[in-house]
Amino acid sequence: MRTVIFRTVAPFLTALMIIFSIFILLRGHNEPGGGFIGGLIAASANAVYGIACGVSPVRRSLKFHPMTIAAAGLFIATLAGMASIFAQAGFLTGLWTTVNLFGQTIDLSTTLFFDIGVYLVVLGTFSSIGLALEEREME
Amino acid sequence: MAATGVTKVDRSLAMVTEALGAWDWLVIAPVALPLLGAAALLLIRKRIAWHAPASIAIMLLMLAADVGLLIRVWNEGPVHMAMGSWLPPFGIIFAVDTLGAVFATITAFIGLVCAVYATAEIDTTEYRYGYFTFYLLMLAGVTGAFLTGDVFNLYVWFEVLLISSFGLLALGSNPIQLDGTFKYAILNLVATTLFLITVGLIYGIAGTLNMADLAIKARSGDLGAPVMSFGVLLTFAFLMKAAAFPLNAWLPASYHVTRSASSALFAALLTKVGVYALLRTLVLVFPELGETFAPVLLIVANSTMIAGALGLLASNDIRRMVGWAVISGIGVILVGLGLGEAAALSGAIAYAIHSMVVMAGLYLLAGAMSWLAGTDSLFKMGGLAVHSPALLLCGLGIVLATAGLPPFSGLWPKAILVEAALSKAAYVTVGIILVNGLLTTIALGRMFAFGFWRAAQMERSELAPFPLLSKSRIVPVATIAIVSLAGGLYPEPWLAASRQAAAGLLDAATYINAVLPEG
Repeated sequence: MRTVIFRTVAPFLTALMIIFSIFILLRGHNEPGGGFIGGLIAASANAVYGIACGVSPVRRSLKFHPMTIAAAGLFIATLAGMASIFAQAGFLTGLWTTVNLFGQTIDLSTTLFFDIGVYLVVLGTFSSIGLALEEREME
Repeated sequence: MAATGVTKVDRSLAMVTEALGAWDWLVIAPVALPLLGAAALLLIRKRIAWHAPASIAIMLLMLAADVGLLIRVWNEGPVHMAMGSWLPPFGIIFAVDTLGAVFATITAFIGLVCAVYATAEIDTTEYRYGYFTFYLLMLAGVTGAFLTGDVFNLYVWFEVLLISSFGLLALGSNPIQLDGTFKYAILNLVATTLFLITVGLIYGIAGTLNMADLAIKARSGDLGAPVMSFGVLLTFAFLMKAAAFPLNAWLPASYHVTRSASSALFAALLTKVGVYALLRTLVLVFPELGETFAPVLLIVANSTMIAGALGLLASNDIRRMVGWAVISGIGVILVGLGLGEAAALSGAIAYAIHSMVVMAGLYLLAGAMSWLAGTDSLFKMGGLAVHSPALLLCGLGIVLATAGLPPFSGLWPKAILVEAALSKAAYVTVGIILVNGLLTTIALGRMFAFGFWRAAQMERSELAPFPLLSKSRIVPVATIAIVSLAGGLYPEPWLAASRQAAAGLLDAATYINAVLPEG
C-alpha cells in the first residue's frame, strides 16, 4: 500500500479525520455523534496513517502509548462520574455550567468530560489493537 | 431556538431530586475505586514498584467501603443509588441488600489476601503487562455484579469480570495457558451470550430490566408470556457460570494454568457470581421459576457433589484437584437452592461464604505446596512437613475446613443444609452431602499425606535445597486458615448474616419498597 499518492495524501487525510472526530465528539451531546463514534473515527485515522507510512511514525505522532491514552480516558470518565459527589447527587449525574471565554459563552458539563473519556478509551484501545496487527503484517 | 414553546418540566418525575449525603456514595465506592485504581495503574504501568502497594491500598479502601455498606444495609435494609439520578425503573440503579453487601465484603477481603500472595509470585513482565490492572478490573466486575439492581447491568459486570479474567489467565502466554484460556473463554462466552439473549427476551416480555420492577411484574402474573423458556435459558447460563455438573468441564481444564493467586481469586469469586445470580433471579425476582426448577436444581446439586468428589479422588495434579473441590462446593450450595426455603437458603449462603474464603485458601495452599516441591504431581511430591511446619499447620486447617470437619467453618453450613434436607425428607441429598464430605476428606487427606508426611520422592542434591517459604506466601494461607478457624469456633455472626441475607431474598416486598417506594 506504500504508493506515492497514498503516502502523500495520508497525513492530510489523517489530520482531517482527527479534526472531524473531535467535531463528532463535541456535537454528540445533542445530536448524533459522541465519544464512542468519535474515538472510532480517530482510531481509523491512525490506521490509515499506519497503513500508508508504517507503524512507527504513528507511534511517534501519538506521543503516548495507546494504552496510556485508554487508561487516561477511563480515569477521566470515572472522575467525571464522581464529580457529582460535590453536588450531592448520584454517580454519573450530569452537572452543567457555562463559562465566558473571550466573549463567547461555552457550555461545560460533566457529561462532556465523560464523553471525552470514552473517546480516549476507544481511541487508545482500537489504535493499540490496530497498530499491533499492522506491525505483525509488516514483519 | 425560539423562546416560545418552552414548557416547565417537573424534574422530580424523572430524576432523584433530594440531596445525597457522602454516606450514600458507599453504594458505588466499591466499584468506582477499583475502576479508578485500574486506570491509574495502567497510566503508571512502567513504575512496577508502585503497583502492588497501590492496589493493596485500593483494596483496603474497598474493604472499608464494603464494611460500611454492610453495616448500613444491616441496620436500614436495602439501599440504592440511581446512576445519573435517573429514577428506577428507567434509570439503572445499584441496589444493595444484605446478600450483596456480604458477598462484596468477602470479595474485597479475598482480593486483598490473594494480592499479597501474588506479590511473591508474579514477575516483572507480568507487572508490566498490567497484572494488577486486570486484577482490580476483575474485582470491580465482581463487586458490580453483587451490587447492581438491574439485569442488563448484571450482564455488563459479567463481561467486565470475564474479560479481565481472560487477561489474568493468558498473561504469560505459555502454550498451556493459551490452551486453558481458550477453553475457558469459549465456554464462558457461550454462557454469557445465552444470558444476553435471555436479557433481550425478558426486556421484550416485561418491558423492564430493573430487578424490583421485574419482581413486581412476575408476582402480579401479567407477564403472560413464555416465562418458562427464558427461565430455562437463564438457569442454564448461570449454572454454566457456576460450573455445576454437567456444565463443569471448563473449570478443571483452565483454572490451574495461571498463577496460584489468580486461580485462587477465580475459584473464590467467579463461580460464586454464577451462584449469586441464580439466588437473585430464582428467589427474589422470579420465585415461580425457582419453585418450578427446584427439583431439577436438586438433581443438579446431587450430581455436582458426586462429580466433584469423584474428580477430586481421581486427580493427581494438586492444582487440578482443587478445581474439583470448587465444583463439589458448588454442588453443596445448590442443595440450598434446590430445597428453597429460608433455612436451606441461609445454609446455602453460609456455605457460599465459607467456600469463597476456603477455596481461595486451598488454591493458595496448593500453589505454595507445588512451589516448595517444584512439581504439581502428587506422585513426585513429599517431605514438605520437614521443610515448612508452618505450611503443614495451615494446610491441615484448610483441608479440614474444606472437608467440613470441626472445628473449622465448613461444618456449620453443612449441618444446616443436612437439617433442612432432613426436614424435607430429601434423604438421597442428605446421603450425598455426607458421602461427599467423606470422599473429600479421603481425597484431601491423600493430598496432605503424600505432600507433607511421606519422605521426599525426588532426588534433591545438597546444592539445591528446598526454597524457603517467604512471608508473602505463608501469611495469606495462614490468614485464611485462621479466619476459617475463627468462623468455626464462633459461627454466630456469619450465620446470622446469611440468615438475614436469605430472609432479605425471600422478603421481596421490602426490597421492592426500598427501590420503588411508589410501588
